[in-house]
Amino acid sequence: MFDIFLDDAPALVVVLPLLISAIIAFISSKIWPWIISIITLLLHLFLSLHLLKEISVSGLIIYEFGNWQPPWGISFKIDGVNIGLQLLFSIFVLVSTFYSRKIFLNEIDYRDSGKAYSLWLLAVGSLNGIILTNDIFNLFVFLEISALASISLIALGAGQNRKALLAAFNYLIIGAIGATFYVIGVGFAYAMTGTLNMNDLVIQLAQYSDGQLAIFAGMSFMLIGLMVKAAIFPVHIWLPPAYSYAPSAVSTLLAALATKTILYFFVRLLYEVFIIYPSYLSLFLDFVLYPLSLLAIFIGTVIAIYQDDIKKLLAFSSIAQIGYITLAFSLKDHIGVASGFVHIFNHALIKGGLFMAVGYFAILYKDRVTLNSLKGFGYKYPITSFALLICGLSLIGLPLTNGFISKLYLFQALYTNQMYFSIALVAVSSALAVVYFWKIVEQMWFSEIKFKSEKEDAYIYLPIWIVTISIIVFGIYSTPIIEFSNLSADYLISGYQN
Amino acid sequence: MVGGLFIIITSQNYLKKVVGLAIFQTAVFVFFVSLAKVLDGTAPILTKMANAYSNPLPHVLILTAIVVGVATSALGLALVLQIYKNYETIEEKEIEFLELKSDK
Repeated sequence: MFDIFLDDAPALVVVLPLLISAIIAFISSKIWPWIISIITLLLHLFLSLHLLKEISVSGLIIYEFGNWQPPWGISFKIDGVNIGLQLLFSIFVLVSTFYSRKIFLNEIDYRDSGKAYSLWLLAVGSLNGIILTNDIFNLFVFLEISALASISLIALGAGQNRKALLAAFNYLIIGAIGATFYVIGVGFAYAMTGTLNMNDLVIQLAQYSDGQLAIFAGMSFMLIGLMVKAAIFPVHIWLPPAYSYAPSAVSTLLAALATKTILYFFVRLLYEVFIIYPSYLSLFLDFVLYPLSLLAIFIGTVIAIYQDDIKKLLAFSSIAQIGYITLAFSLKDHIGVASGFVHIFNHALIKGGLFMAVGYFAILYKDRVTLNSLKGFGYKYPITSFALLICGLSLIGLPLTNGFISKLYLFQALYTNQMYFSIALVAVSSALAVVYFWKIVEQMWFSEIKFKSEKEDAYIYLPIWIVTISIIVFGIYSTPIIEFSNLSADYLISGYQN
Repeated sequence: MVGGLFIIITSQNYLKKVVGLAIFQTAVFVFFVSLAKVLDGTAPILTKMANAYSNPLPHVLILTAIVVGVATSALGLALVLQIYKNYETIEEKEIEFLELKSDK
């Protein structure tokens, strides 16, 4: 009987959270929505592990909805590119849901917790859909579900600070413009090829081998739309306020996973579909994505230094980190794409851990965490502070942390492409990251005020430490992350070289 | 389409921004539906009279997109309502002014 469910595992990882989210919206209890979410996500993790097992045997799963053959039906595709991301997604969502309970109880009315977890699962299900879908219009639907769910979650922060409403509204307007741009692109692509399936799109596009203006226009619209959603530098303006005014648990989920899944789809579209037009692709990568990534790295880091509010500081550092990822993706070779994926994995853990720790401080301090408010926290709350320190060192890229592995791979990729200017810039911005992180450390450990250590909540520091330990473990034993990334790059780049 | 985008960018009123967004999205929906037209085609119903059919698929896609658009507008309007309750204005300039005052 159980096998029937396992056959539908690709659909269930998306459908299960969506289905449960509809049910728990009506429960107004303090604890039950959380318990149900945890059970759902445990099942989700189990299904992801099952998918991993299947992939390691067959290498490719195409799941057709309602047995409609592609290109007519919608299909999900799981292969080496997204299985690693799927696994990371599943695990991290479980950990952050575990973490979210006490945070939600502190930041929003407990009667709303059913609705909050309903939105939470909605965001989880739709983000998972972005990872798996093989249909460009289906992606738009998931993109919008996840955007609407996260906007509502961000607006929940209004209980703490009314600016959350403005942040959510700006995200709504900018995000909707981005999504609509993407749909225009899909329209052009559909008009020229008559298909929405990504594999079929590649085949159909091949007949216009010299390229057509309508296709290039469509491709540009799609890429710009996704760039808005992924917060790539000049169109990132919605991100810092949205992350910093959202409830802390929500910032954790969004910062760690939301932009990452969209970046993944972005690179997949580039290297799996648009690869047909190498001249267009290299034009886009060399003259749009590459300079924008460098600007993102530099400007994101510099703005982060001048931030007083810690969550805003982390949000601007996210802009810079997204810049590192897109810089790696713009290199057009195996090691570049692989190092991009390495950084997607590592940065998800690092930023997740940092936002978790800062979110806990916000509750302890009962106000927004600014630099001044952190005075003496290193002595007052040693367990969480130490986790924050490790995550921060990893963000800078010190050896023995997974941030170092990311930087190492990125340098290697840039070096093989002989981009010495970028190497210098990445090195400088890593050094600048020390500046903004040192400001935090200075306040926490080296201020005059000394506190006695106080009791910390195990429900909160446990998930923070799970993330922190995984940062150290993957810093020393980085094989799994590198293998998954190489696998992703193998699948994507093989198309490029043929 | 450009009109809708223009409204979003230039208007200072949050309500007008939501309306601009709706116009912008509707323009894209019309673009999609216009793609479906086949010359001399009729509605895609099986009859002996017709020899060409319009493509029904874009209509179906747009049906989905309309639902998404409605949800977006609804959420946008709900947010505008909450902003009004919290700030007692929905003019961008006035809210910026209020925030500047509260920061000091």
